[in-house]
Amino acid sequence: MNSPVFGPYLPIVVLAIAAAGFAVAPLALAWLWSKRYSPRKPGPSKNSTYECGLETKDNGLIPFKPEYYLYAIIFLIFDVEAIFLLPFAVAFTGLSIGASIAMMVFLLLLAEGLVWAWQKGVLTWA
Amino acid sequence: MDQKLKIELSKQGIVTTTLEELYNWGRKNSVWPMTFGLACCAIEMIATTMARYDLARFGAEVFRPSPRQADLMIVSGTVTKKMAPQVVRLYNQMAEPKYVIAMGACAISGGPFKQGYNVLKGIDRYIPVDVHIPGCPPRPEALIDAFMTLQKKIDEQALTGANRPRHLHADTPSEFVVPRFGAHDLEPPNNPNVWRILNNEPCGAGEADAGED
Repeated sequence: MNSPVFGPYLPIVVLAIAAAGFAVAPLALAWLWSKRYSPRKPGPSKNSTYECGLETKDNGLIPFKPEYYLYAIIFLIFDVEAIFLLPFAVAFTGLSIGASIAMMVFLLLLAEGLVWAWQKGVLTWA
Repeated sequence: MDQKLKIELSKQGIVTTTLEELYNWGRKNSVWPMTFGLACCAIEMIATTMARYDLARFGAEVFRPSPRQADLMIVSGTVTKKMAPQVVRLYNQMAEPKYVIAMGACAISGGPFKQGYNVLKGIDRYIPVDVHIPGCPPRPEALIDAFMTLQKKIDEQALTGANRPRHLHADTPSEFVVPRFGAHDLEPPNNPNVWRILNNEPCGAGEADAGED
């Protein structure tokens, strides 16, 4: 059963089309049904943000202060960097120039982060 | 389709149906209530959903915690005036078609707290109620009976024609006016388009009041 276009894969193509139709047909029918029998009725309450029945205050899209980015930087420096440094040190003699430079750029970026965090006083406890 | 012909065909073992019947059959057996309890009646409502009374037999066990996904609001308990705007707003936020069961003496009339200054004397002052259940609180059987009454009502709703229900008319709003806290009472004290006491007009027309919120 070899078709000129799909070769031996014709049954799979047929099945794929049937599967897609099976998924799309109910959605399309529901869409058509809603067009015909279910008039859209938007309104101020219905379109507002759901707040358990209370009146919606302000907007949900507010600037959110990422106060914890310093912790993320510290985490990258002392955790992720350490994980990468160990295999780097083990394979150091066998590395190409390009790989070494890439790793150095990575270390430089993290070192900049360390300087930034140090300036912000994150590393002082007492 | 002619009813006699249909009966005759069914005697011969041929089942016939209409799109409307199929649609309503599906609708009435998958009414999802909103997770929403106000007072003691809510405990009976919870009992109704549990294994002993098992509301799941009627396809209504899926209590949805969002009005966006719910078809049925069971007003189960005392509606205080503080709570009334929230109840109406939640009703407004439900998608059409939506139904309301007022469960218990408080929800239908204020009940034992009718004389209280802070209790709404029936939620049907603001939203169209489909089924009222008396009782303080009504037993789970009463809620199941109300549910079956609602199913019967859904089953009889026409899909086309002038008698089709409110939600199928494109020009009737699906939102009702949300009361505000006035100096002495809720303002307005009732929604005259919804609350009709002495005549038998069908509720739920809500002609001129798009919900202002």
